[in-house]
Amino acid sequence: MNHIALAQTDRTFDVDAARRQFPILARMVHGKPLAYLDNGASAQRPQCVIDAVDDYERHHHANIHRGVHTLSQEATALYESARDRLVRFIHARSRSEIIFVRGTTEAINLVAQSYARPILKPGDEILITHLEHHANIVPWQMVCEQTGAKLIVAPMDAAGEVHLDAVVALMNPRTKILACAHVSNALGTVLPVRRLIAAAKARGIVTLIDGAQAISHMPVDVQDLGCDFYAFSSHKMYGPTGVGVLYGREQLLDRMPPWQGGGEMILAVTFAKTTYNALPNKFEAGTPNISGAIGLGKAVDFLSGLDRDAAHAHESALLHHATAVLSKIPGLRIIGTAADKASLVSFAVAGVHPHDLGTILDEDGIAVRTGHHCAMPVMDFFKLPATARASFAFYNRFDEIDRLGAGIERARKLFV
Amino acid sequence: MELNDLYRDVILDHNRQPRNFGALEPADASVEGFNPMCGDHLTLCLRLNQDTISDIRFEGQGCAISTASASLMTEAVKGKSRGEALKLFERVHQLLTDDAAPPAEELGKLAALSGVREYPARVKCASLCWHTLASALKSTDLKSLPAVSTE
Repeated sequence: MNHIALAQTDRTFDVDAARRQFPILARMVHGKPLAYLDNGASAQRPQCVIDAVDDYERHHHANIHRGVHTLSQEATALYESARDRLVRFIHARSRSEIIFVRGTTEAINLVAQSYARPILKPGDEILITHLEHHANIVPWQMVCEQTGAKLIVAPMDAAGEVHLDAVVALMNPRTKILACAHVSNALGTVLPVRRLIAAAKARGIVTLIDGAQAISHMPVDVQDLGCDFYAFSSHKMYGPTGVGVLYGREQLLDRMPPWQGGGEMILAVTFAKTTYNALPNKFEAGTPNISGAIGLGKAVDFLSGLDRDAAHAHESALLHHATAVLSKIPGLRIIGTAADKASLVSFAVAGVHPHDLGTILDEDGIAVRTGHHCAMPVMDFFKLPATARASFAFYNRFDEIDRLGAGIERARKLFV
Repeated sequence: MELNDLYRDVILDHNRQPRNFGALEPADASVEGFNPMCGDHLTLCLRLNQDTISDIRFEGQGCAISTASASLMTEAVKGKSRGEALKLFERVHQLLTDDAAPPAEELGKLAALSGVREYPARVKCASLCWHTLASALKSTDLKSLPAVSTE
């Protein structure tokens, strides 16, 4: 079965050619070839992204939107052309709808403070799901404390699936916002976001989708989804760290007060009154992460240049192979068995704590994430303190998963 | 670096069969320790006879390093005075973090923790229980001890 999967993807997706574009994948860790299976935490950078950032730093850096001199104009053009690429990449309507932020976390906090806080009244409800990352829980808890609104949590089942009916059953006239993940970082579950958004929309509920784990795995069309806000981070889609995007529908962004005050977000300042700048600059106070945004723009080019269907088929085959390999290991329990999963596997091994497993795998050059994955309510649900998680990218190979399986067997020999 | 140096037989034994594991009731002091980075959680309960730790037990969830360290610690400090136990805390802390730490023979079984030093990501696993104990021993109000965190 594994060989069939290998043969199928070999015909359509050239893994080795993809790997050659990522210099870090050639490195050794503890004398072993790196098997990087922690893409859900942060993906690696292709050479073209590294070069784009390097070229900017060497030849074009200056502050943007500030000067009439050549470098400032070049930096501004590069930064804004990255925004243009993102408009096309997620099918936003215009540049006004793409706000550069530090990452998904800042994007959600921006919406919580700038959209939700002014409109929420005591007794209003914010609806999330049980499988959210802390970044899609805590900002809402903070705004609930500030406004007297209530956080309502839609359940998931034992497979880690969130069902449309269960979420819809909790929608009512007090529900003002639905905020949920597109893909669960801890379980891999792909949520039925299109139908969730439609149900929310029909009831006048504003929607925010945490796309951090989805953006690298599937094409995202915000107009087709119909969401009001969509948040994601650059570094999970092969771009630099410290930059990300908040997509927002222009009508909503227009009505929202600025998130932070400072330079860039103003048109005119006197001590009596400040006039705010237009979108998107209204939400980009201060000097932004210019090189990061430019690197992200190049990552968009890189992803757009891939055969994404073939890459997705390869990632699905990796998931299938990993599920088969791990299922054969005695005492290993896969956490998150949804029918529709992104290419990651969370698991627990009886008698082997995830941190010990992480150290033992690292000695073999295998990088996995261990811990609560910033999703403690998910861990509580499955009554586990932590899991190990292998998360795949299109550049991963089947033999890396075989090495993972062998490493887990070695850890079992030591502890069990 | 050798994994066998981290997971020595003493560590594996105390992980498999932790000593002084479970509740202690009644206790004179109870203090919680958290490692928020990894989700480790431990509750340490102490009985004090004047200045002496007459009994000590622990409960919680943790990796092999954190479980074995807590188990070894409870064995080592039972019967010791507060001052002696705090001195031992300093000594173990040095063993876990200082490459120039002198030979650890006088520490007995606790010397097995020295392998952790080569794994910086795991030092907190071994030190959580010790910080938790030190916080209890340094406190003047044993009835309301704040939780201890490694971060």
